[in-house]
Amino acid sequence: MIIAIASGKGGTGKTTVAVNLALSIAADAQGGAKSDVLLLDCDVEEPNAHLFLNPTIERREEVGILIPEVDYDKCTFCGRCAEVCAYHAIAVVKQNVLVFPELCHGCGSCTLNCPEEAIHEVLNVTGVIEEGQALINAQCSMANSQESRGIRFAHGILNIGEAMAVPVIRELKKRIGEDSNRIVILDASPGTSCPVVETMRGADFVLMVTEPTPFGLHDLRLAVEVARHELGLPVGVVINRDGVGDRGVEDYCAAENIPILMRIPLDRRIAEAYSEGISMVEALPAYRERFVELYRRIAVEGVAKLVSRQEVAQ
Amino acid sequence: MKQLVILSGKGGTGKTTVAAALAHLASKEMPVVLADADVDAANLELVLDPTKVEEHDFTGGQVAVIDPELCTACGICAEVCRFEAAIPDDDTYRVDDIACEGCASCFYQCPVEAIRMEKQTAGRWFRSDTRFGPLFHAHLFAAQENSGKLVTLVKQQGRLLALDEGRQLLIVDGPPGIGCPVISASAGADLALLVMEPTVSGVHDLERILATTDHFGVPALVCINKLDVNPGRAAEVEAFCASRGIEVVGHIPFDTVVTEAMVQGQPVTAYADGVVTEALRRAWEGVKAHLTLKPID
Repeated sequence: MIIAIASGKGGTGKTTVAVNLALSIAADAQGGAKSDVLLLDCDVEEPNAHLFLNPTIERREEVGILIPEVDYDKCTFCGRCAEVCAYHAIAVVKQNVLVFPELCHGCGSCTLNCPEEAIHEVLNVTGVIEEGQALINAQCSMANSQESRGIRFAHGILNIGEAMAVPVIRELKKRIGEDSNRIVILDASPGTSCPVVETMRGADFVLMVTEPTPFGLHDLRLAVEVARHELGLPVGVVINRDGVGDRGVEDYCAAENIPILMRIPLDRRIAEAYSEGISMVEALPAYRERFVELYRRIAVEGVAKLVSRQEVAQ
Repeated sequence: MKQLVILSGKGGTGKTTVAAALAHLASKEMPVVLADADVDAANLELVLDPTKVEEHDFTGGQVAVIDPELCTACGICAEVCRFEAAIPDDDTYRVDDIACEGCASCFYQCPVEAIRMEKQTAGRWFRSDTRFGPLFHAHLFAAQENSGKLVTLVKQQGRLLALDEGRQLLIVDGPPGIGCPVISASAGADLALLVMEPTVSGVHDLERILATTDHFGVPALVCINKLDVNPGRAAEVEAFCASRGIEVVGHIPFDTVVTEAMVQGQPVTAYADGVVTEALRRAWEGVKAHLTLKPID
C-alpha cells in the first residue's frame, strides 16, 4: 500500500500526518501485524520529516541526471545535438560545444542523434539521498516488544541553487521496491506541479491534509484535480486545525464525495510540540489509536486500487 | 523601480498574508504593482478582490503524440524514453502526457515517423485591477510543467508595467521551496523578505532558503510569524540572523484575526487594527528603509 500525502497549500500539516501515521502504524505492527513501514520524504526542496523521526542514516548516495560530455576527437561540430535539444541545453559555437547542465533534463536525445557517436553521458549531481532507520519511541509502542523494528526512512535533499526537484524524487522513489505488504508513506511538497505529480504517481491513495480556510480550500481543489482527475487516484481528506476559518472545505468535500477521514483540532499543545520537533503521538499519546484508525480507513478506501495493482504485478 | 520578493522555503508560513498586507500598506504611500508568483496555487487574488482586465493563454512545453495508424509497435520509443512516458497500449504505443517531458527523443528515433510533437496550453495568466494597484497572476493547469517559465512571465509583465507607468515598487508573492519557481521568482529581485515560523522545521527551512538567496546574490530580511508559539526558538532565530548580519524586520504574534481577515477576503491590515496590523506596519517600515538604502537601478 502506497499512500501519498499532499495538500496543495503549504504548512497544513503534511509532514505531521506523515510522521505520526508512520509511527502509529509501526507501533501497532509490533503488536503482531506483519507490515513494514517505509517513509519517503519527497519534499526534496525543504525536507523536514527527519527532524521529527531522528533517523540513523546508514547510506548516502549522490544523485542527479545524466548530462552530455563531448569527445572532441570525434566531434565535427555539425550542430545536430543543439538542433534536437528541446531545452536549449547544448549549443555549438565555432569549435566549441557548450553544455548548460541547469537546463538539461537528461533525456539523452543528443547522444542518440550524434552522427559521430561523439557524446557520452556523465552524472551531474543535483542532490543526495539519505536512508536509514528511525526508532519508534518506547512510549509510542503499544506492545512492550523488546525488539524495536522501527521505520525505514529515506529522504532526498536538492542541492542549493538547483532548479529541478523531479530527478531527485524519481531516484528516491526507487526505494519503494516490490514488496506489496509494505506500507509506504510519501510526504509530498506543497503545490500541484511536477514535484507533486512525480510523488503521487504510482500511489494507491492520496491523503490530502488541509485547513478549513479559503486558502486551504482553494489549493485543496487544485490538488484533488491533479490526484483524482489527472492521475485517477482515490483521495481522502484530513482537516487540520479544525474549527478555525469557515465551512468551505466541509461543503466542498460533501459536494465532491470526498471522505473526511480525520480531524485534528487547533490545539496549542500540538503547535508547541511541533515547534520543538516532537511528534504528536509522543506529546499526546491518545492520538496513536486515532492515526491507526486513519490508516484502517485509508486501507478500506484504497483497497480497490491496491487489489488492481497486485493483479497487474502478477 | 524596486522589486521585493516574499519567500519562505517552508510552505504555509504566511507569505501571502504578509504580501497582501505590504501591498495594502505600500499602496498608501507609493504606486505599486503586484505579482503572484505561486502559479501552482495562487492565493493572493483571494484577499485582493481583483477584477480581471486581461486574460492570456500560456503555452508551455510540448508533448509527443503517437499516431496509432502509423505505429508498428516496435517499442523503440519506450526504449529511448527516460521518463516512462511511452506505454504499450493494445497493439500500439501511446504517450502518457503527464509523464512526457517533451524532449522529442522518441520523435527523432521513431523509424516510421509515427510521432509528432504538439505544443500545449499549460495555463492562463491574467492582469487584474485591485484597489492597491495592478495584479499579475496566473493559473498553471493541473499536472503541468514549466511553472518556472510562467513565474518569469508573470513577473516580467509586472516589471514592464511598473517601468512603463513609473510605479516604484513591484511586490512578488513567491512560491514555497527552493527550486525552479523560487529561482524564477527571485531573479532580479532587489530584496527578499523571508517569512518563517519559530519551529524546528521553520529554522531548518530558513537556512536553506537563505542559502538559496545568497547563492543568487539577493539580499534578505527576515519576518518571524506566530512569534509567541515558541519564544525560545524565536530568540534562537534572532541570534542566528544577528550572527549572519540579517535584520529581522517582522515580529508577528499569533492571532486568529489573520484567519478571520482571510475568510473575509481582506488583507489583515485592512481588516482590523491590532497587534498583528501594528507588527506588519513595523515590518513594512523595515522593508522600506532597506529598499531606499540600495542604489537606484
